[in-house]
Amino acid sequence: MAVLVIADHDNSALSDATAKTVTAAAKFGGDVDVLVAGKGAGDVAASAATISGVRKVVHVEGDAYEHHLAEAMEALIVPMMDGYDALFAPATTMGKNVTPRIAAKLDVMQLSDITGIEGTDTFERPIYAGNAIMTVTSSDAKKVVTVRGTAFDAAPAGGSASVETVDPAAGPFKSEFVSEEMVESDRPDLTAAKRVVSGGRALGSAEEFERIMNPLADKLGAAVGASRAAVDAGYAPNDYQVGQTGKIVAPELYVAVGISGAIQHLAGMKDSKIIVAINKDEEAPIFQVADYGLVADLFNAVPELTDAL
Amino acid sequence: MKVLVPVKRVIDYNVKVRVKSDQSGVDLANVKMSMNPFDEISVEEAVRMKEAGTATEIVVVSIGPQQAQETIRTALAMGADRGILIKTDEIVEPLAVAKVLAKVVEEETPDMVILGKQAIDDDANQTGQMLGALLGWPQGTFASEVKSDGGKVHVTREIDGGLQTVALDGPAIVTTDLRLNEPRYASLPNIMKAKKKPIDMKAPEDYGVDLSPRLTIVKVTEPPVRQAGEKVEDVSTLVGKLKTAGAV
Repeated sequence: MAVLVIADHDNSALSDATAKTVTAAAKFGGDVDVLVAGKGAGDVAASAATISGVRKVVHVEGDAYEHHLAEAMEALIVPMMDGYDALFAPATTMGKNVTPRIAAKLDVMQLSDITGIEGTDTFERPIYAGNAIMTVTSSDAKKVVTVRGTAFDAAPAGGSASVETVDPAAGPFKSEFVSEEMVESDRPDLTAAKRVVSGGRALGSAEEFERIMNPLADKLGAAVGASRAAVDAGYAPNDYQVGQTGKIVAPELYVAVGISGAIQHLAGMKDSKIIVAINKDEEAPIFQVADYGLVADLFNAVPELTDAL
Repeated sequence: MKVLVPVKRVIDYNVKVRVKSDQSGVDLANVKMSMNPFDEISVEEAVRMKEAGTATEIVVVSIGPQQAQETIRTALAMGADRGILIKTDEIVEPLAVAKVLAKVVEEETPDMVILGKQAIDDDANQTGQMLGALLGWPQGTFASEVKSDGGKVHVTREIDGGLQTVALDGPAIVTTDLRLNEPRYASLPNIMKAKKKPIDMKAPEDYGVDLSPRLTIVKVTEPPVRQAGEKVEDVSTLVGKLKTAGAV
């Protein structure tokens, strides 16, 4: 049995999510090969070869792979799957964009965002934003799977797999890359951050949101998130939203400031390791999931906390 | 340009889902159902395209039970022109949905299909991409901006860590993300008008697609319950606890 793992990378560095996906693939069983498709991604291929448990790295160079365009990735990977029993990819925006096209071409019902594996046909995955956990068996001959990074540890370095170079698939493809605008921030990305501080509607305004939340985030080296209520009120940008219809996060430390804890929000952060809630309403539902709750006026407590850290 | 918008009826995003005690699934009885929030964004985008003069007709399609007709009516009240309900009481997996939609696309020949990036029930995030592969169409997933110009569709996509813009040779698939727009509420006159808009009633058999599921549910369980921790007196106690726990 053999599994192909699609590596997620930016052509210079391999993402942590790839090593986590290798762990999941190894648990599925069989030989694990890693596909590095990119442009000028030789270093990435070399780095993938050092992941423990990898049999072989398949390295493909091409313009269309620089940004992992889904149409080009589909044309590349579908024929490769003749030699594999399963395709695993991290459930990053790259993986989510690419794998369903391949699943459809293979006539396979994909298993998205898995958090557990039992044997070669049984998988566990969250549904309803993690408010229920579904265990399913797949009757498809080949499996196509995306893996939730927070559920698996990264496979350690220490391997020395061979690197095989293969030719890109023939184009042209019906999509082309135009531009990219990556967020230039000293703060970590919300979904990958080890610490997250989130603000709610109690902050009262966009100015106060920044004034109270940013220094705390800077002190903790944390990403900034927000509740839907705060986003809807215009206190924080849309991409800050943590919750069922926003981003799902599971950091080591989550600090909820002035957030009451609507179901919508809890669905997006309840898998965090340690949750701190600061809210002046002691009946707020957020306290039901918080490890440490502080009933206090956030306008006093948060600056005090920032100073004390 | 003609736009097709598939919509799904799901448990309202404000409802706390309950797992059935026999672990067979989630309790849908007497629960408020609504249009999948990402699909509302899709409908809104299509209506804005029509208002801007780029879209000429908006067709809404749903695969689901008889009550999914209400979901289609909501879309019609927002400004879509007509609906198609493909009625089934079975659970239809994304792969099968994509196959049925591919047949609908053959019949309706739209220039663009706009879908929600995922449904908030199964959280699969597959149907749009699968439909793209089955049709051989390019895709712009997780869209935060969509612009058509000179035969190409420019889609700005929300990706990890930023935004990416791709140009697609139409016809194309677009899947919507949260930042694309803020869906409108239908006005009362438009709700009244929507009652007169046509909805075609169909069955999966009309499309000759095998809908049998590939996945078998073993069980659906509650996630591990998080226990409430402790209330702390003041900020310095909080900092002390966090230090002891190794969190700061």
